[in-house]
Amino acid sequence: MSVFESFQVALDSLLSNKLRAVLTMLGIIIGVAAVITMLGIGRGAQAQIQAQIQQNGTNLLFIRPGSTQQGGVAQAQGSAQTLTTEDAKALADPGAAPAVASVAPEFDSFGQVIYQGNNTNTRIVGVTPEYLDVRNMSLASGEFINANQITGKSTVAVLGSSVAQTLFQGEDPVGQTIRVNSGGNNSTQFKIIGVLNSKGGTGFGSQDDQMFVPLTTAQTRLAGGGRFRGANIVSVINVQVADAAENDAAIQQVSDILRQKHHVTYQDDFTVLSQQDILQTAETATGVFTIFLGSIAAISLLVGGIGIMNIMLVSVTERTKEIGLRKAVGARKHDILTQFLVEAIVLSVTGGLIGVGIAFLLSRAIAGVSLGTLSLTPSIGLDSVLLATVFSVGVGLFFGAYPANRAASLNPIEALRYE
Amino acid sequence: MADHVIDINGVTKVYHMGDIEVQALRGVDCYVERGEFVAIIGPSGSGKSTLMNILGCLDKPTAGSYRLDGIEVADLDDDELAEIRNHKIGFVFQSFNLLPRMPAWKQVALPLIYAGADHRYDRAVEALKSVGLGERLDHKPNELSGGQMQRVAIARALVTDPAMLLADEPTGNLDSRSGKEVMAIFKRLNAEGRTVVLVTHDPNVAAQAQRVIRIFDGRAYDYDPTVNGQGTVKVAPVPVAVG
Repeated sequence: MSVFESFQVALDSLLSNKLRAVLTMLGIIIGVAAVITMLGIGRGAQAQIQAQIQQNGTNLLFIRPGSTQQGGVAQAQGSAQTLTTEDAKALADPGAAPAVASVAPEFDSFGQVIYQGNNTNTRIVGVTPEYLDVRNMSLASGEFINANQITGKSTVAVLGSSVAQTLFQGEDPVGQTIRVNSGGNNSTQFKIIGVLNSKGGTGFGSQDDQMFVPLTTAQTRLAGGGRFRGANIVSVINVQVADAAENDAAIQQVSDILRQKHHVTYQDDFTVLSQQDILQTAETATGVFTIFLGSIAAISLLVGGIGIMNIMLVSVTERTKEIGLRKAVGARKHDILTQFLVEAIVLSVTGGLIGVGIAFLLSRAIAGVSLGTLSLTPSIGLDSVLLATVFSVGVGLFFGAYPANRAASLNPIEALRYE
Repeated sequence: MADHVIDINGVTKVYHMGDIEVQALRGVDCYVERGEFVAIIGPSGSGKSTLMNILGCLDKPTAGSYRLDGIEVADLDDDELAEIRNHKIGFVFQSFNLLPRMPAWKQVALPLIYAGADHRYDRAVEALKSVGLGERLDHKPNELSGGQMQRVAIARALVTDPAMLLADEPTGNLDSRSGKEVMAIFKRLNAEGRTVVLVTHDPNVAAQAQRVIRIFDGRAYDYDPTVNGQGTVKVAPVPVAVG
């Protein structure tokens, strides 16, 4: 008997009991659909988180001040005021740091921003012109801070989209003047020269809820600025690496320059955080998440396989007489074995294919649902479809083997006599 | 030597049930000529069923020789026996043994699948026509009467053109009218040249055969119903003891 004939015989007997066939497949259908959907959700989440991290710019290094010691007590990281504008200028030297493409120091502060009757408390960031490109931002209107405004310590500001919306509510902010209260009774008037495009939330505070002023202006006029600690302190130096492959080299070059400038002998007074590290951490986290979801789903596939075995065993018992008859009219052991194996595989593969279809429908349905700012967009790859299909053939073979062997080993005399 | 479809010499069969040995057949000698209609009778426990299983190549003798259509089958393996069953024997069972939910023509074509034969549908239709069921090709067992089901089973036995039909109480589950119909078919097939071996405990059924073999205590005897109405053993040939 050929394999094709085995298929016909198996199909005939499956079709003769459709309800049972469908119920048997249900376990595999649910298992495969769950595995593919879960892997898809995990992968979708991974892609989304990656995209959000890369929204901040690509190939970035973030240099922050390290912790200081006061009387032998270690203070919080970032408490040191060790990074300066001069450090940033040194890093921008292509001779000393060839792997660095661009450097954008920033000085972070907070303040109350007021325009007529509206006000908001927002993050105020002192930046240089490079900041716009390094952090992958774009202007909706007006212009960004230029070099002259840095030198002149101009009181000009560029608004993030949500700050603009809060203060001006649809009015054009460019050319207007706002008042900023930052620390004590100090109040400064800023002229708005530009508004940024929205970047959307990242889950770590909105990128749109901030305002940008020239670095020098922030250092001298805003809270935490140089009025107290000298006029050239920066909070973070953003460094863009020319090429992702040079990431490690850039970290090394940057660290060497800073160590030299700061006369570090024992412990660095700064830390370098690479965007790739963040990406990797996020990837690891979402990877674990995917494996976790996938393995829960795989358990249902296993249960589905056991369901197939269960039904096949019942079916062998129920069809003992049929097996006896088939043997009496000339079926050999392997004919019976093939018939039952093919039945199990047809069940599991059909179930698997239906499961793949349901997974596609499910992920479409899920893609429409958004959870707060995070929307799940499952992405189903060809590999997970192949995996599920191969796995369901395996399930059919594995769980079909025992019942099929039992059927094939039946003694025809006893099988014929079975009632 | 005459043309024998079946030649059995000194066949014994011993079953082991735990430590106990059961001698089901104690040395059977018998033959069936080609074109003959032979009935095998015997009370239950006589070894009749054991002999039938061996004749049908479903079981192998412990010792002795069984030649079926010139082939020594006593020492064939399971797969070879399956092939012999497929080619040489057409089974008809008491309980029909049709597969549920399968149309008649597919039931009949079943042995052809295992034979790897072509033109299955045509051959199945031909076999069904020969038992008068040419109009019931697509009927499933639950749409057929008992007599019709047994005729489907006979068609299935015929379809491979076997050396003999082996029927086990073929009328046992039928009412008397259907039983007569089925016996008439066997007689007609025999008249057409088929070898028919019929196992039964019913003397009336056995009486329609040309020759009767009686199994008693694991041995075979010629049986002549004409000696007296009840049918007693006329000749007890000396059984060949096989060691």
